[in-house]
Amino acid sequence: MKEIKRKDLLDITTLSLEEIRLICDSAKYFKEIFTRSVKKVPVLRGKTVVTLFFEPSTRTRISFELAAKRLSADTINIAATTSSLVKGESLIDTVNTLEAMNADFIVMRHPGSLAPHFLARHSKASVINGGDGNHAHPTQALLDAYSIIEQKGSLEGLHIGIVGDIKHSRVARSDIEIFQKMGAKVTLIGPPTLLPDEFKVYGCGISYDLDRVLPDLDVVNMLRIQRERQKGSHFPSIREYAKYFSLTRNRLKNCKSDIVVMHPGPMNRGIEIDDYVADCENAIINQQVTNGIAVRMSVFYLLSGGTPLEGVEPVE
Amino acid sequence: MSILIKNGTVIDPKSGMEEKTDIYIENSIILKIGKNLNIKAAKIIDAEHKLVVPGLIDIHVHFREPGQEGKETILGGSIVAAKSGFTSVCTMANTTPPIDNQALVKFIKLEAEKGPINIYPVAAVTKGLNGEEISEMGELYAAGAVGFSDDGKPVTNALVMKRALEYAKMFNVPVIAHEEDPMLSDSGIMNQGEQSVLLGLRGIPSESEETMIARDVLLAKSTNGRLHVQHISTSGSVQIIREAKNKGTNVTVETCPHYFTLTDKSVSEHLSMAKMNPPLRTEKDRLAIIEGLRDGTIDVIATDHAPHQAQEKKQEIEYAPFGIVGLETAVPLVITVLVNENKFSYMDVFRKMTIRPAEIMGLNRGYIAENGPADITVIDPEKEIHVTEDFLISKCKNSPFIGMKLKGSVDFTICGGKIVYGN
Repeated sequence: MKEIKRKDLLDITTLSLEEIRLICDSAKYFKEIFTRSVKKVPVLRGKTVVTLFFEPSTRTRISFELAAKRLSADTINIAATTSSLVKGESLIDTVNTLEAMNADFIVMRHPGSLAPHFLARHSKASVINGGDGNHAHPTQALLDAYSIIEQKGSLEGLHIGIVGDIKHSRVARSDIEIFQKMGAKVTLIGPPTLLPDEFKVYGCGISYDLDRVLPDLDVVNMLRIQRERQKGSHFPSIREYAKYFSLTRNRLKNCKSDIVVMHPGPMNRGIEIDDYVADCENAIINQQVTNGIAVRMSVFYLLSGGTPLEGVEPVE
Repeated sequence: MSILIKNGTVIDPKSGMEEKTDIYIENSIILKIGKNLNIKAAKIIDAEHKLVVPGLIDIHVHFREPGQEGKETILGGSIVAAKSGFTSVCTMANTTPPIDNQALVKFIKLEAEKGPINIYPVAAVTKGLNGEEISEMGELYAAGAVGFSDDGKPVTNALVMKRALEYAKMFNVPVIAHEEDPMLSDSGIMNQGEQSVLLGLRGIPSESEETMIARDVLLAKSTNGRLHVQHISTSGSVQIIREAKNKGTNVTVETCPHYFTLTDKSVSEHLSMAKMNPPLRTEKDRLAIIEGLRDGTIDVIATDHAPHQAQEKKQEIEYAPFGIVGLETAVPLVITVLVNENKFSYMDVFRKMTIRPAEIMGLNRGYIAENGPADITVIDPEKEIHVTEDFLISKCKNSPFIGMKLKGSVDFTICGGKIVYGN
């Protein structure tokens, strides 16, 4: 496969294994650029990238913005709290306005699941999903897969655990899909109130017992407990949650010595992960952040029809 | 005006008549039924190869007036209903303001006179649809209300529901219930299940509907009141109603064409156009609804016709309102899905759209007989229709069926002896 023929990147569900591989391969090239003194290439020169964020986010928005800038695109950031969206303008009208200004890419984060899918149907611009409700976060999943490949060479045959608030996690949903597409076995771990039986639809393992699963895992992804996204109470207290589902120094002792510990950030230190584990050799949390920029550069590049990476030279 | 309908297959579920015969109408009544009628009439309808059924009755529509005329009006809705084969409809009370006083019931009756069909208002069970105090049912009934419903919302307080069932006995009208536990629905968007997990949308569990139906059939049993359950969507609901009926509970129930046609797998494709409450459920539920229709557990097919404007539906699915329009696709879906695909008889399906709803709402309509009301619908069951935005004359086009090709087309609608649709 040489190029990606799609307008939008909305979820992992509709992404083929070949497309995922191509994105990861190109990301590797872009990551090499980071070691240069000038970390910028001219492939999106003259293109406009709009980030349209309806939820507060720092790291994802900055990651997209930096990725676009390193590709020489013009970037505009719109936060819902400062735009006409709070004045009651509809999403369609906002996007029509952006298109009238010739936006080429719209990166959207939205609290409503499927909002980017709806937008993509009504927009000529390339829509990249920067996280929609509880549904999908495809660039996070791509950077997670890429980061595991960096550590382990491949996902084939790995046993990957995803721990925490699965029910409300778009990262979990997209991770499950990408890890399985790339040949890994996935087990979900959390309290039953945050891990409904229906997750069996993915064909992955389900466990309420972290200690039983942990020794078998090659990779563990600790999800953030999203207190802001929970409606009502799904567990009695943070203290009791941490007792059963926190990745602590003690629990790490029962893991394989080369286990890869991941976290999509931002971390609640002392809740889902303790200080020792967050900063230990096995944790690749900061690498994930760096890789996020490379993967997002790759996504912009490929969605804009990019192919011949060898020809790209640094901007002078 | 006189009308002679020649050579149609006349189906009357009340009497069980199904035969090729002629019908002669004069003024507002059916004067003569018989083969080869040779009567001069101002209008002759050749109904060869057509079905001639009692004017259809839809006991669950939202015509939005007063208050939300941008979506629909009583007159506009009546014209849509006539085109769809319906000669009588019951309008729900969740307008702005809600129909909870006699002046508003009379307003609807007055507006209805401008339109081509019969409109029977359903009034609120509780004042302001607040679920706290029962409405002035006596006055509402006297003004013309045929039943009581807070549709759109459940009556969450069991004691209020019990009193409503008791009090409504005085007028022998049904308490009509939208069954949902809002706590269990938890601001859900679609059916809770595999599809809601895959799409990351908050789910409305089956239990939200079923626990409330279970509660209300118990209350109907203990009060001996008349309960009519609206738009059931789940396998469990069919089961609970079936058992309640077996125990002799005075309960009737309706479902809607979308629940026997679509499942929650439609949501990813149709987004907000597939958002309604109760939500589309699973294939297992869809099949159970069809089974409930077949064995008579489900009495009525109603549409829950719920117009919403384009800009309201053209939003993120989380923000779009619940509901779809249903009148114009009702006959085609019933014929395509129930008769053609599931081998229901015409008699069985039209019973649920004529005499059964008439009996439940206490209307002297829904049958074909000499000296009976001249409400008749002529249907071509073989004619294919293509559901497009143009096919839908409703002010609002919020339908997940747009794009479908279906069998069954309404040729003529006659209401009160007048041709109100067709030529």
